[in-house]
Amino acid sequence: MKPIATTRTVIGMSTGKLAVWWVIASEIVIFGGVLASYIMHRIGHPEWADQAAYTNTWAGAFNTLVLLTSSLSAVLAHQAAERKEGKKAARYLYLTCVGAAMFLVVKSIEWSTEIHHGFTLQSGGFWSFYYLAAGIHGVHVIAGAILMIWIAQYAKKNEELQRVEYIGLYWHFVDLVWIFLFPLLYIAK
Amino acid sequence: MSTNDNHAHPHPVEPILPPMHAQDPVPPHGDHGDGHGHGDHHAEHGGGDHGHDGHGPTSFWSKYVFSVDHKIIAMQYLFTGMLMALIGGFTVYVFRMQQAFPDAHIPGFGVVSPDQYNMLVTSHGTIMIFWVAMPVLIAAFGNFLIPLMIGCDDMVFPRLNRLSYQIFLLSAIILVASFFVKGGAFGGAWTSYPPLSAKGAYNTTSLGSSMWVVAVALEFVAFLMGGINFVTTAMNSRAPGMKLFDIPIVVWFIVIASIMFMASVGPLFAGAVMLLFDQQLGTAFFDPVRGGDPVLWQHLFWFFGHPEVYVVLLPAMGIVAEIMTTFSRKKLFGYKTVLFTAVATGIIGFFVWAHHQFIAGIDPRMASLFTVTTLIISVPIAEMMFVYIATLYGGSITLTVPMLWALSFVAEFLIGGVTGIFLGAAGADIYFHDTYFVLAHFHYTFFPIAIIGTFAALTYWFPKMFGRLMNETWGKIHFWITIICFNGIFIPLFLTGAAGDHRRIYNYKLFPEQMHPELQDLRVMATVFLVIMLATQVIFLYNFFSSMTRGKKADANPWKANTLEWVAPSPPPHGNFAEMPNVYRGPYEYGTPGRADDYYPQNIPPGAG
Amino acid sequence: MSDHDHAHAEHPHTNYVGVWAVLVALLVVSVVGPMLGHPVITMITAFGIACVKAYLVVTKFMHVNLEPKLVTYFVATCLGFMLLFFAGVGPDVLKHEGTNWNNVAAKAATARGMAEHEAAKAAGEHH
Repeated sequence: MKPIATTRTVIGMSTGKLAVWWVIASEIVIFGGVLASYIMHRIGHPEWADQAAYTNTWAGAFNTLVLLTSSLSAVLAHQAAERKEGKKAARYLYLTCVGAAMFLVVKSIEWSTEIHHGFTLQSGGFWSFYYLAAGIHGVHVIAGAILMIWIAQYAKKNEELQRVEYIGLYWHFVDLVWIFLFPLLYIAK
Repeated sequence: MSTNDNHAHPHPVEPILPPMHAQDPVPPHGDHGDGHGHGDHHAEHGGGDHGHDGHGPTSFWSKYVFSVDHKIIAMQYLFTGMLMALIGGFTVYVFRMQQAFPDAHIPGFGVVSPDQYNMLVTSHGTIMIFWVAMPVLIAAFGNFLIPLMIGCDDMVFPRLNRLSYQIFLLSAIILVASFFVKGGAFGGAWTSYPPLSAKGAYNTTSLGSSMWVVAVALEFVAFLMGGINFVTTAMNSRAPGMKLFDIPIVVWFIVIASIMFMASVGPLFAGAVMLLFDQQLGTAFFDPVRGGDPVLWQHLFWFFGHPEVYVVLLPAMGIVAEIMTTFSRKKLFGYKTVLFTAVATGIIGFFVWAHHQFIAGIDPRMASLFTVTTLIISVPIAEMMFVYIATLYGGSITLTVPMLWALSFVAEFLIGGVTGIFLGAAGADIYFHDTYFVLAHFHYTFFPIAIIGTFAALTYWFPKMFGRLMNETWGKIHFWITIICFNGIFIPLFLTGAAGDHRRIYNYKLFPEQMHPELQDLRVMATVFLVIMLATQVIFLYNFFSSMTRGKKADANPWKANTLEWVAPSPPPHGNFAEMPNVYRGPYEYGTPGRADDYYPQNIPPGAG
Repeated sequence: MSDHDHAHAEHPHTNYVGVWAVLVALLVVSVVGPMLGHPVITMITAFGIACVKAYLVVTKFMHVNLEPKLVTYFVATCLGFMLLFFAGVGPDVLKHEGTNWNNVAAKAATARGMAEHEAAKAAGEHH
């Protein structure tokens, strides 16, 4: 049973959505810290370009496409949820998870190839940041996918449909981080 | 009337609403369907949930251990914080004894080795800030007060609340466990600068260092979760009729503090991951030889570290405001002024961080910039203090124990703030940095915040929490001895610091040019006052714990205050209010003409009281 | 169940697939950009487009412009703090020298790296 507190909406926005935006705001400064640190080092160390040249732009671009498409399916899930079409929303959520899985598979292949070539976390400044930034991002992808599956269990029964929007907002944020990681790690060489 | 937005409000405010009962199994407005947000992903339908008949949890485990009730979670944070304070107090006893009687056998510890000294000072700083000040001021009082003061029955995300405590407890356990692992606890100071903190070869506490980082990171996660609960609840769950400027200042301040925390901790969390990788995985984030930069850590740390001091200051100031208004029977002198000033302080607080790094080798032009911003920030804070003093003017003052603590907060904090001005000037700081002058400055700010603020809050809200009154006489004895001893500890340290005594040095005999034997009397004096002060806390602990069961019974509103928490019974039951209150006025309406009582609680309808 | 939506009706029907198509087109441009070989164009296409994509996702998918303004302000504030962080830290970390100071280790690392780069180019290898 939810407390009465959960049901009030004095500022005109549902509590769950407000909470997700707060989460996003605090995640902005976490990723911001990582990215700002990386950018400062990258600009200060032009010789990192030699290392950066080894990142696989096509893998990065494909992953960007995958995440953009998964954002589409996430927002379509939200639209279905708004129309009370729980089963459809759940299906779109599963589709988004498929996108997440594809992203992670490509990333694993990418990383194993790079590690095989000797580019590990310890290979120097550029690679440390590369694995750190993409790694923290990847952890958020995994967490998002797990939450989505959990929320889909309720959504397909037309329960707690508002959560579809909330996880969608989180997922769009994960996509946004990648939108900036992609040029930083794969284009700016 | 209740909000400024244009959306239809679900609770149109009329003078008297049909009462909303906490025990109703289904809220009368039907299923609102508002979820707990994506953070609430622990699908626990078992122990801890409200029963179907709305009577709340019944077993010991669901009532006290796995509770989702904000009041119990508040107590959990409070007692964990108090326990950690004992540890923090023990560490300072040992290393102050080492300073006063170098190389002596310290009773209860033994002879202090150089490594142990470093571990003790590191643990003291880390524990007092992260595991005492924050959990008590923000998590305990935030959890206890916010739902009660805004007139609702719990936090918006009770299960997230419980999870935040569990993660916090885990972080505390990891930190304490680090004392017992091979190599011992981390000893690189609470600021943990690399390369010392990054290289096991330098710090000799390879495992302890990483446990320290993990514990701090987990503590951050716990407070991020808690913060989301506080902010969302205060924004969205207010009682009908409670407009923004009817919210008690302590709630506002805890909310602003939570927002500041959430906006500042991110870069340090990133930095903590980087440091952990440097420690355990051989990365080079902070290794200059391999392309990293130790100064980056300093910036990451202090970008959070400075707003952090306002994160702990604001709740303490909020507590003091509540107490000063109640015991001078006067409204807060400038509610909006105080509020906007606090917001301004919060924002400026993000622009001053590198004053902790003036002599670290940062660009001197940046140092000039940060000097200006640091000196500017003293203005709004001083102004808030003056507003508090103005609140007293013309008031009908009763010097109860909470009021004594609140007044001493203002006096002692002013001393701390004024001495900060010397340190904020980059030129002067070249001399003062790393001396005991800095230490005395921040203890004249942190002690009022963490210790005076806590005693003020505990003595004030004790009747509400436990339904009984603490003993006033013992409270006054405890107060006076503590305050006199506090000044006795740190005034000598201002003097030794100004004379050049350096911090974090286990024995000056290793640095003959710094020995200053003429200062030894002052060092001993500080230690003696400390030992007396620590011993005095037994009085408080005895008063606190015995009053819980044997104190004089308190009614709902023993201090005759206006805010909503005093409407609920003492202690409040599950669900807080028999009937959810509505709000008709601000929180500090004392001395209203035409009323028999000199106070006017927020929930009494106009004309009805 | 419609009670919680009182703050807004169903979000106006955006052509989500259309927005997605624009995003993908922008992605293509940003990948093609470096192939033109001009560093300035690469920067504009890479980061400028990232900003445009971000704007589209935030407004069209996350509907931030339909939420109370408070949300936009807080998110913008956090972004602002990141700029502040960059501005405050850059002079120390981004640069390796300043008024009366020199980051000897970083300069040495850079010099080493550039020397290797020159050697590799001289040996005829192109990356």
